[in-house]
Amino acid sequence: MIRLENVTKIFGATTAVDNVSMEVPAGSVCVLLGPSGCGKTTTLKTINRLIAPSSGRISIDGKDTAAVDEVTLRRSIGYVIQQTGLFPNKTVEENITIVPDMLGWDRQRSRRRAAELLEMVNLDPGVFLKRYPKELSGGQAQRVGVARALAADPPVLLMDEPFGAIDPINREVIQDEFMKLQARLKKTVVFVSHDIDEAVKMADQIAIFRDGRLIQYAAPDDLLAHPANSFVADFVGSDRTLKRLRLIRVADVMDANPGYVRAEDRLEAAAAKMEEAGHSSIVMVGPQGRARGFVTLEIARSRKGTVGEHYEKLPTVVSPADDLRTAVSTMFARDVSWLACVDEDGFFKGYVTQRGITHALGATYRDG
Amino acid sequence: MAASDRSVSPFATFRRVAQLVAVFAFGAYLQASGMLPAMLLYSEDVLFLIRQHIFLVAVSGALAILVAVPLGILLTRPRFRHFTNVATQFVNLGTTIPTLAILALSMSFLGIGAPPAIFGLFVVTLLPILLNTIAGLTSVPAPLIEAARGMGMTERQMLFQVELPNAAFVILAGIRTGLAINVGTAPLAFLIGGGSLGELIFTGIALNDLPMMLAGAIPTALLAILVDFAIGQGQYWAVPKGVNPLR
Repeated sequence: MIRLENVTKIFGATTAVDNVSMEVPAGSVCVLLGPSGCGKTTTLKTINRLIAPSSGRISIDGKDTAAVDEVTLRRSIGYVIQQTGLFPNKTVEENITIVPDMLGWDRQRSRRRAAELLEMVNLDPGVFLKRYPKELSGGQAQRVGVARALAADPPVLLMDEPFGAIDPINREVIQDEFMKLQARLKKTVVFVSHDIDEAVKMADQIAIFRDGRLIQYAAPDDLLAHPANSFVADFVGSDRTLKRLRLIRVADVMDANPGYVRAEDRLEAAAAKMEEAGHSSIVMVGPQGRARGFVTLEIARSRKGTVGEHYEKLPTVVSPADDLRTAVSTMFARDVSWLACVDEDGFFKGYVTQRGITHALGATYRDG
Repeated sequence: MAASDRSVSPFATFRRVAQLVAVFAFGAYLQASGMLPAMLLYSEDVLFLIRQHIFLVAVSGALAILVAVPLGILLTRPRFRHFTNVATQFVNLGTTIPTLAILALSMSFLGIGAPPAIFGLFVVTLLPILLNTIAGLTSVPAPLIEAARGMGMTERQMLFQVELPNAAFVILAGIRTGLAINVGTAPLAFLIGGGSLGELIFTGIALNDLPMMLAGAIPTALLAILVDFAIGQGQYWAVPKGVNPLR
């Protein structure tokens, strides 16, 4: 856990960080967000004392960082910067083993560690260990930067706009990779960004800064739903409710007790079920419960026979693990108002409707 | 990739052959005109003076490197950062002073002989090396320094693992320039009684004795080429591969 208490940094006449207090729980990702010059990077650098705070106290796991020798402190904190900061005179392997070497690790062990870390960030050690940074693409260099920060397995990771210089497509990929890694490693991460989408995607908590002050510190969904003031509202954007789509899983809004019919059921029975639920279509499942197709109320009323003789194929489905952004995007693309939710094995889990989604998003505003 | 970089282009081959032909033709001309036998009369002098010449160059050059590089490092430490610019200006001013004037000045307070010559050569060699050491170290990208510090490197580790390796190419370029100036200026040492191949050159000019003059000038030129080649090789092999524009 990282705790900042009344941290202030004054450079000459300007107050870069103004009385900031916050707490980052162990194992969570905190994104410091704000326009440039808002003090987020300065705040980050006070944690590993690259910048000494003018006043205030910072502790990591209860230990005051001012009581530890600077060099020792920094070796116990992973640090990733935007321009990667890889040393061009060293190979990838040498770059990764810098901190282990300084900590006096055995050579064999640090080399094994370097290979292991490259695997972890999806780079082939056989190909990349002996390369020089100038022989890497931007995305590869940044992956090595992350691997290097993780080398000595520090509990805390500081990241200063680590993915800012990468093109949008690779940035998405590397963000996803990092989130997977983080889910496994459970580091306490402080991450500086100026990109609200990145923050919403990565953060457990977002800290919004303006002119050195911490304006709002909240979980992403809370921040988007209830911005503290007009500055935060403007910063997160007028489409902030749409951004929330990414934070909510389909499983959270789907109707998990859906009505369904089987192939051998009569159309009259299907029509009755739909009328009862007030729906205009119903999913047909196979003997094991796998989604097979659907029938509409119109067909159930106008035709005779079993569902199996008249069903249509499902145009598309979503997984309960997908986020709502994917679900809504699929609905818009297919011009449908509902989607069947089907898990990886093909079992029918429920359905999600446009109305269900708007209702779920609106809930927080009605309660507030 | 490396293989294609090192393979010699047809043009370069042609140039090399042309050079060899030119050197051979020049030698044949010297022999035919009786110049070579005339020059060989001075072979004993040449051997002695070359040794003297090399002594002047080696001592002044080594001193210059040993002073300029540490001084450049010192001037770029955070503690002295305020002086970096002033020092650079000062050194720039120094390089505008003609080398002959520097030799004359050093003679005026060190007398004649080898010491003033060595001191004068030391000064003219020092300046470019110092300039390049400062330039090389100050142009190490700030993110590298920040990353190094953020990872917990000490000032010393930063200097030896990050700053010097990344500045090495520029520093060696300064040493190359400095020593080229040194070797070229060394003949002037004769004028203040420091000896060197300048003895043959200047005497040859004074007596209008072309073979004598060439007996001094050709070894001087060869020595300059040799020194430049040696440092060029040093630059190629000693600078880490990742920051070496030659590799």
